[in-house]
Amino acid sequence: MILTLLIALLFIGGLLAWFSERINPALPRWIALAVLAIELLLMLSLLSATPENGWLAAYNHAWLPRFGISLQFAADGFSLLLLLLTAFLGIVAVGSAWSEITERAGFFYFNLLWTLAGVVGIFTALDLFLFFFFWEVMLIPMYFIIAIWGHENKFYAAKKFFIFTQVSGLIMLVSIVVLAWFHYLQFGFFSFAYQDLLNVGMNRSMEMWVMLGFFIGFATKLPSVPFHNWLPDAHSQAPSAGSIILAGVLLKTGAYGLVRFAVPLFPNAAAEFAPFAMTLAAISILYCAKVAFAQSDIKRLIAYTSVSHMGFVTLGVYAWNELALQGAVMTMLAHGLSSAALFMLAGALQHRIHTRNMHEMGGFWGRVPRMSAVALFFSIAALGMPGLGNFIGEFLALLGAFQANQVLTIISAFGLIFASVYSLWVIQKIFHGKYSDSAFDGSRLLDLDNREMAFYAAMMAGLVWMGVYPQSFLDLSAPTLQALLESQAGAAAVGALQP
Amino acid sequence: MTPLDYAGYTMSAGDLIPLLPLLAVTATSIWVMMAIGVKRNYPFVLGSTVAGLLLAALLAKRLLTGPAPEAAPLLTMDAYAQFFTVLICAAAVGVSLLSHNYWTEFDDQREEFFLLLSLATLGAVVLAGANHFASLLLGLETLSMSLYGMLAYPAHSKRKANSRALESAVKYLILSAVSTAMILFGAALIYAETGSLAFAGLGGLPAGPGVEYSVVALLLVSAGVAFKLSLFPFHIWTPDVYDGAPAPATAYLATIGKIAVFIVLLRVVVETRSLGIAPVVIVFSLLALLSIIAGNLLALLQDNIKRILAYSSIAHMGYLLIAIIAAFYAEGPISIEAVSFYLFAYVVMTLGAFGVVSLLSSDALERDCISDYQGLFWRRPWLAAAFTGMLLSLAGIPLTAGFIGKFYLVLAGVESGLWLLLAALVVGSGIGLYYYLRIVYRMLLPEPEGAPQLRQGTAGFSIVLVLFVLLVLFGVYPASLMSLIESIAL
Repeated sequence: MILTLLIALLFIGGLLAWFSERINPALPRWIALAVLAIELLLMLSLLSATPENGWLAAYNHAWLPRFGISLQFAADGFSLLLLLLTAFLGIVAVGSAWSEITERAGFFYFNLLWTLAGVVGIFTALDLFLFFFFWEVMLIPMYFIIAIWGHENKFYAAKKFFIFTQVSGLIMLVSIVVLAWFHYLQFGFFSFAYQDLLNVGMNRSMEMWVMLGFFIGFATKLPSVPFHNWLPDAHSQAPSAGSIILAGVLLKTGAYGLVRFAVPLFPNAAAEFAPFAMTLAAISILYCAKVAFAQSDIKRLIAYTSVSHMGFVTLGVYAWNELALQGAVMTMLAHGLSSAALFMLAGALQHRIHTRNMHEMGGFWGRVPRMSAVALFFSIAALGMPGLGNFIGEFLALLGAFQANQVLTIISAFGLIFASVYSLWVIQKIFHGKYSDSAFDGSRLLDLDNREMAFYAAMMAGLVWMGVYPQSFLDLSAPTLQALLESQAGAAAVGALQP
Repeated sequence: MTPLDYAGYTMSAGDLIPLLPLLAVTATSIWVMMAIGVKRNYPFVLGSTVAGLLLAALLAKRLLTGPAPEAAPLLTMDAYAQFFTVLICAAAVGVSLLSHNYWTEFDDQREEFFLLLSLATLGAVVLAGANHFASLLLGLETLSMSLYGMLAYPAHSKRKANSRALESAVKYLILSAVSTAMILFGAALIYAETGSLAFAGLGGLPAGPGVEYSVVALLLVSAGVAFKLSLFPFHIWTPDVYDGAPAPATAYLATIGKIAVFIVLLRVVVETRSLGIAPVVIVFSLLALLSIIAGNLLALLQDNIKRILAYSSIAHMGYLLIAIIAAFYAEGPISIEAVSFYLFAYVVMTLGAFGVVSLLSSDALERDCISDYQGLFWRRPWLAAAFTGMLLSLAGIPLTAGFIGKFYLVLAGVESGLWLLLAALVVGSGIGLYYYLRIVYRMLLPEPEGAPQLRQGTAGFSIVLVLFVLLVLFGVYPASLMSLIESIAL
């Protein structure tokens, strides 16, 4: 019940925020903040719930009985971690939009909350039709966020984002329907329920094709090379709140899909495909790190580093052992925080000096010491400094992946070196060197205020916590990951018996 | 009684009951004609049309759940036919109310438009129940003849803006006549071989030796039908006719004019599944494939919303054809349900989209250029939201009925393993998004300086809102409609 409440609250809160604008233009942001705070509290209350069949909370109600589709929601430790990340970054996004978004604020917060509603739906839906429903629902409000409040090339970016994700989504829909159709052929009734579809057996080539449909859907959102093309545009053109949600939360839906659906539903095909997926991951890590180095637009740079870091997630997922999966989950969480903070910083810079071009910046440390220190912290977090969350994630992912594929893991590990190079280069470029405001209005380059500092401090605390005491996160996701590993081992054994 | 034997057929009064909706539409036409003859009263004529068609829809709704009637020689008014009668009559009511606003300042007689509209509806209802080539042609011609009039309606107006209406109607007249001739020729060939004009008699066509004869006959009929459905490469008339005609007439042609033909096509395919001979299926597959690709690609080049919708309707007919092809292969009811649901969704979203255009247009000024819609979101938020909903539904995005329709089509395609066509569906939808989003984006831009005042129309606006509610309702909770459709399957 609590899960439906989580989703309904976001949908209703969005409508309230929209209509409240007529009463007072400042009201929408307060409503959004209140809704997300309640969400966070509700999610925290789930931490103390006792699991039932492995689920901390579950809800099931018939929706479209003709095809055995139901409103089936459930959350376990893994989903809960991502839900917490979603609500937390939602609050951060509201904070970043607080003074930035002044035009049509009501509609903005409506879109923000509806995007998050879609994301919460994705992290909790256990019916594949429902999952797909939310998968697509979150696109429209995100499209509006980019297209209305974005920067100079917003329409192109918004359209590219929408078309990439929608087409890959449709391919996934075809795969979902094929899977459900095979269930119908084998069991005589339609079902889109996750637990039912886990039992579907398919011949080798069909399983591979259907798995590829899922993979394309998720790899586009993740994104992984070669489906990453939309991301730099969408991230650089979106307003900072949009970039925060995109990088911090939306990308994680792709990773979540891989862990929850793409591998467990197709154990044999996934095992066969793993070397290719890990190769794509290694290419993503190295290639996008290199491309990031070539950017002059600071938001594009962070966008490419996101693709690079998400490569570690793919690597961990397809290594498919507990260490690697834990690493993938930790990377998802830590990258969520660090990339959101970096996008927020880039947005704050752009809001102040109206440029994202790094070549026009330099020597900011003397002018904005607080901002510089914060930027240094998150850059160091992103490059994987021990003691912070990203290190734990990437280290575990590499450790686990080494058991599965040594060569690719060794190659991918070079990504860590590249990450240090571009991260420190950015710091060097923007905050060190000689200050000159010939290219922008330097009078508006003000340091971070206390409200902004509070958000960064919260994200810093999260990263330090993850880095120093990761066990509290690992414990939460461990039961889910172990269950997934076991079920897949069983399924693979069954698959081996089939002719 | 076999369909070939009418000699012993006698009609009892009870047999008239399933025909009540048809009779109601007929009575409406006659009543409207006489009312115009006695005294021209625009509100009265509009009211009578709406009331009569609404009555027909309600009667059909009542008959939907009753016992299945015996098939009469020309018309089978079974649940399938009644369901679509409801849809057709309701859509006709929608068009009537939408056109109210459009004709308010018309400088010529306005009342006959509604006479033509109810006559066209009569033809469409006949098509919904047709089980015989005679009733098919009767229905088709009643529909088309009335449409010529509707398309050319403002031809005598003194205003320059209306000059293209006549061109549009003539174009439709000529091509429609050609397509009817092809259907007739095909029917004649079929009759020569089987001695029957009933659809059930199609089973007598040779499928083994002498199959070439069947192929020629069936392809002639198919070509005629493809003209009416504007499938590629028989689509050339569509954009010009849509563009030149008054918006309400376009709305009628795009919704009822299309689905009525599709209803017959599905009935023929389902009742004579044996006709799934390879050449015919291949031709249908090619028609679907080319319509999806060409419709979507050509829509990219347009700046006129009516033309965009025209090309997108070509693509949508291609999508629908996937389910028809699936019906050739699969015995199950899913393809029939898919077509039924998609037709429902198609009517709602197309009517809604054209509704917005007609609402903002009048006979003096067609607002069909994409730039006319700039900033609509900030000027008329509800109307723009409804229009966005219609466009997203056409693109097949969730929360709208169009998405459920697309889901049905995918299911039908998967059931029969039509992978190539499904790939076309995915690619086509991707291209389609591009031009639908273009319109949405235009509405999101800041409104231009000195933009002229937009028209207001309460009746039409409420229809658009009702359609929007239906769109979202059946996009989020389609279970009731799904079970209804399941019960009407042929």
